[in-house]
Amino acid sequence: MSDKEIRRAKQYGDLVERLTPNSKPLRNCLRAFWVGGVICTLGQWITMLAEPLQLTEMTAPMFTSVVLIFLGATLTGIGVYDRIGKYAGAGSVVPITGFANSVCAPALEFRREGWVLGLGARLFQIAGPVLVYGISSSIVVGLVYWAVKEWLL
Amino acid sequence: MRQGKQTFVYQHAPVVASHASIVGPKEGEGPLASEFDEILPDDLLGQKSWELAESEMLRRCILRAAEDGGITLEQAQALFSGDLNNQIIATGFAARALGIPFFGLYGACSTFVEALVLGSALISGGFLENALCSASSHFCTAERQFRLPLEMGTQRPPSAHWTATAAGCALLKSCGDSSEKLLRVTAGTFGKIEDYQIKDANHMGAAMAPAVCSTICAHFEDMRIDPDHYDLVATGDLGWIGREILLELLRQNGHPIPPEKLVDCGASLYYQEQDTHAGGSGCGCVASVGCSWIMKRLERGEIHRALLVGSGAMLSPTSTLQAQSIPGIAYAAALEVF
Amino acid sequence: MQEILVFVKAFVVGGLLCVIGQLLLDYTKLSNARILVLFVVSGVVLTAVGLYKPLVDFAGAGATVPLLGFGYSLAMGAIEAVNSYGILGALAGGVTRTAAGIAAAVFFGLLNALIFKPRTKS
Repeated sequence: MSDKEIRRAKQYGDLVERLTPNSKPLRNCLRAFWVGGVICTLGQWITMLAEPLQLTEMTAPMFTSVVLIFLGATLTGIGVYDRIGKYAGAGSVVPITGFANSVCAPALEFRREGWVLGLGARLFQIAGPVLVYGISSSIVVGLVYWAVKEWLL
Repeated sequence: MRQGKQTFVYQHAPVVASHASIVGPKEGEGPLASEFDEILPDDLLGQKSWELAESEMLRRCILRAAEDGGITLEQAQALFSGDLNNQIIATGFAARALGIPFFGLYGACSTFVEALVLGSALISGGFLENALCSASSHFCTAERQFRLPLEMGTQRPPSAHWTATAAGCALLKSCGDSSEKLLRVTAGTFGKIEDYQIKDANHMGAAMAPAVCSTICAHFEDMRIDPDHYDLVATGDLGWIGREILLELLRQNGHPIPPEKLVDCGASLYYQEQDTHAGGSGCGCVASVGCSWIMKRLERGEIHRALLVGSGAMLSPTSTLQAQSIPGIAYAAALEVF
Repeated sequence: MQEILVFVKAFVVGGLLCVIGQLLLDYTKLSNARILVLFVVSGVVLTAVGLYKPLVDFAGAGATVPLLGFGYSLAMGAIEAVNSYGILGALAGGVTRTAAGIAAAVFFGLLNALIFKPRTKS
């Protein structure tokens, strides 16, 4: 790009920014706060309900996750979760139910492209990267922890 | 005949013999509802996929324009059409069902006006006696191709557009020696790609406004006219924000258009309360609004000369992932009743 | 009273973590997928440096339900498995501890795709 084009792009970028209305961060944050809070409170309630099952410190969050994932996936299936998402933004993306939504939505959407390369492959469209980087980073953490334990302690 | 750098002046200006528009349910709840020829009760149309639904909508629309214009499919000499799907499949399938000799076009959301400009040129030049010019878009096919699956819970920024579920088709005929007062296409300007380094795929209005400005300016300069020549300049799908940007750009480039003369099809297609954010977009947006509201206003005599400008953002999901800026294109067609 | 406090803590902490996500959405234009990845990896890192466990102890589901909690489980799984099985635990631990959640998401996703069809938006 020539200097002239760079200058033009810069000027235009400023013009666009001036004329583009902002999203409403305060309103969005309030919505994200209460919806996200409610989902977490629901999680807490599920954990308490599960007390009679005598779950351990490790399995209790597992149980809660599974129930919330079931809810997230089902709400996606019946077409409710996208409306919650439109209202709550990150309030419904960040909780584990949002992960279930990101698995379920492409699976539903791409079923028409077939069972294997449609539903099966696209199910991981968003969950795939989450698993790739989540699992890989946990392995790095495990390896570092192992190395520190072996050599330094 | 070419005049100036980028403009065809049609010496045998083709007549718009008929026009048809079909829109989806949401568009049918908008302010232009009474102008459309058909409002679909649902947007799957009993088909197996959204893509087939779009194709069926386009097929019906072309068929309707041909019937209204008094020609059979066998008499139709050429179809100029396109859509937003990869390899314009919705159009390809519709053309397969219709069996009309076919030019597939891709100008993103500008496709309809591109079709008008080319169809008119070939008619004016004597190569064709009639041509069907059309385009379609469908919210669900565009959403899954360019953005995210429909059931994903997401928020759209204020600058995001809503792809219209809509199709429009105009039947052009050679003028013969009719001296009746008819709607005609008198000139067409074909644009250059303009890219002012906008990378935000959620801000199509900003990506396309420079191309629209460039084409409009080229049109005025090639034709040696000024904005007073037209009663109305109708842009395709810049939306509410893009329209403001365009007004400012035109001022800066020395061809200011009075705001009351400039309407945007995408911004006119929905009520603000319909929560489409920046307004409508998609090939079907300018096609359906052009083939209903704009052409009907001309025929009703409310306005006499209008410049219809279609604009397209030439991006793909691949180019967006590779963080490329969005090239914009625009075509303009002058519509006059005389 | 004690019980109510547990819920309040879950609500406030969970809500605040979502607000961080919302600020990222509004101000950085990060896509949903990137936010999800960022939160999980941040959870892993915060757990590794010992910052996230105290939050989990304090807020319970308020810290485990947001995706940071998924990262917490991955990292805790890897660390604990290293304690039990040595270096192989680094590979096995994270996935083992989160296996139920991942499997549930895949399976319920599949089931829902079998039962329901995508709908248009309004």
